[in-house]
Amino acid sequence: MKRTETYLLNMGPQHPSTHGVLQVKLTLDGERILKAEPVLGYLHRGIEKLMESRTYFQCLPYTDRLDYISSMNNNFGFAMAVEELAGIEVPRRAEFIRVIMAELNRINSHLIGIGTLANDLGASTGMLYCFRDREYILDIFNEVCGARQTFHYIRIGGVAGDFTDKARELTEAFLERVPKFLSEYDQLLTGNEIFTRRIIGISAMTAKEALDLNMTGPNLRATGVARDLRKLDGYSVYGELDFDIPVGEHGDNWDRYQVKMKEMAESAKIIRQCLDKMPEGLIMAKVPKMLKPPKGEVYSRTEGTRGELGFYIVSDGTTKPYRVHIRRPSFVNMQGLDLMCRGMLIGDSVSAYSSIDPIMGEVDC
Amino acid sequence: MEISFLSGLALWLRGEIYALTGLPILSDLALDIIGIALLLGIISMAAIVFTYGERKVCAFMQVRIGPNRVGGRFGLLQPVADMLKLMSKEDIVPEGADKVLWALSPALLFVPAALVYAFFPFDAGAVLADVNVGVFLLFAISGQAVLPFLMGGYASNNKYSMVGGFRVVSQMISYEAPLLFSLLGILMITGSMRLEDIVEAQSGGLWFIFLQPLAFVIFLISAVAETNRTPFDLVEGESEIIAGPFTEYSGMRWALFFLAEYANLLTAAILATTFFLGGYLGPDFLPGFVWFGIKAVLMVFVIMWFRWTFPRTRVDQILTFGWKAMLPLSILNVFLTGVVMCALGLV
Repeated sequence: MKRTETYLLNMGPQHPSTHGVLQVKLTLDGERILKAEPVLGYLHRGIEKLMESRTYFQCLPYTDRLDYISSMNNNFGFAMAVEELAGIEVPRRAEFIRVIMAELNRINSHLIGIGTLANDLGASTGMLYCFRDREYILDIFNEVCGARQTFHYIRIGGVAGDFTDKARELTEAFLERVPKFLSEYDQLLTGNEIFTRRIIGISAMTAKEALDLNMTGPNLRATGVARDLRKLDGYSVYGELDFDIPVGEHGDNWDRYQVKMKEMAESAKIIRQCLDKMPEGLIMAKVPKMLKPPKGEVYSRTEGTRGELGFYIVSDGTTKPYRVHIRRPSFVNMQGLDLMCRGMLIGDSVSAYSSIDPIMGEVDC
Repeated sequence: MEISFLSGLALWLRGEIYALTGLPILSDLALDIIGIALLLGIISMAAIVFTYGERKVCAFMQVRIGPNRVGGRFGLLQPVADMLKLMSKEDIVPEGADKVLWALSPALLFVPAALVYAFFPFDAGAVLADVNVGVFLLFAISGQAVLPFLMGGYASNNKYSMVGGFRVVSQMISYEAPLLFSLLGILMITGSMRLEDIVEAQSGGLWFIFLQPLAFVIFLISAVAETNRTPFDLVEGESEIIAGPFTEYSGMRWALFFLAEYANLLTAAILATTFFLGGYLGPDFLPGFVWFGIKAVLMVFVIMWFRWTFPRTRVDQILTFGWKAMLPLSILNVFLTGVVMCALGLV
């Protein structure tokens, strides 16, 4: 008698395309995926707990290590939460610098997202092109804060160093490059028949499913929901800036890819406006050396590169937070993996995974 | 028949050995051994040169520098370093592996890959095994390469290997058919299965790439699929199933797989050269085997170019493409060739 059996395939934590230490338990019927169960926790460092025994200033570097690809956005989110808690007014120039850095970091992060998607589909040249262009952003970061990763640049009350003329020059030069490299990717990837066939209609997700799973960021916008906290809340100086929210239609890998591509162009637009509008002035507010926010709690959210990045901080009036909870977009978006993988083939599981674009440092926290 | 440089050399050698020993069987044997040694040398040399070449070509396409640490600023000794590394690696046999199949697999893969070199006309008259059913024998032998992949995948006791083994079978079987059908047109025109006859049929400068452009495209795609390289490298789809059947292999066993892969790459290039690019034919200022080498290396470069430009296809797409596009097109090509030949009164 003929008999077929499903089998379990452990993908990861040591696997070339799990970008870190994710383990996915795939239940397979031949090549078809019946179920994908992510197993988390390999990179858990207890950052939330560690923060309870650190002062607010000491907490900040930990946020760098959450989503190490978009450290600036994490710094930004945490600094904003503490400022809201302690009632600190940030100088206007610092706000503009923050937005420039956050948007540069968004481009940086999307470049990696697209690059790894290309690499997981076997086009490693696409990845290296993305990494080549990312270098220009890292040069700018290097100029303003001396680091290429884990910047610790956006501080509570402002930013650590001024946006120098050299940095402005580098940024201007980079902005000129953006449309060039975007069209280059279009030639190498977007127009490639094999590439499009691999991602169009794969791992599709409806807006309702995405909302039910509480997904945010490019993953949600790809399904057609124009939810962007930069527009919705208009925090920092985003309210004064003019930009669009690119949305997709079908919520498949292609839309997630396209949303990221378009967001890069929008980010470049935001940076351009910030460079023009940036006033002279202070870059740091007067923040007491012993920061003791009043008793209370705050939930402050920003649009991180991967979705809603929220910091919930409870203060008991001392120099250290009583409790910190971080709403990590990667972690929440990961819930969609099972839905995206079902009914797809093994080859699609990696593209679903890299189109969600999670960073394990943020998933496990 | 005119005497080319290589066959002239062979004739001279044969005469010398005969004069020395006086036994024709000895001179035949000596020449065969020399020929086999030469071919194995070509294969190993190809693996060495292509690993280096591939890394440099890939670096060139990916705006990188490539190997530049071992052996001067161009990293010329990198293949040697790679080889030493492979030889000094521990030979790991996974638990629960089928030891016999496990050990046989890399060897069995290398044998057909090397065996087909006997049929290639490197120059006029320079063929190790000059058989009149060359094409037939060549594909009969290279078709054996499916089994070792499956053996390796099965014997490794690893699910990734097993999936890779399954993929090989489905992929290679689907592309063997269009590969052969694409050559039928040429066989109809030349009326011979002897590879040298096929080359000589192109001597007017009218290479078959011009007479059979559709067949060339089909042949190239199928040949890339047969060699399991990107965009058809599902077998070892790095980001999906790690290294497919080779996942559990290490050291020299893995190196044999690797050697076979590069031998197959060169085979694909040589076949394209022989069937479509006029083989060793070329202007007289260079000897035939040099032309042959130039064309083959050019084809290798083209196949490498594919690899570093295209993403990987998916397993269902590759089969759909093979059966629904490649095969009908190749049959259409046979049909068209027949119609044209009838119209010209060549039949």
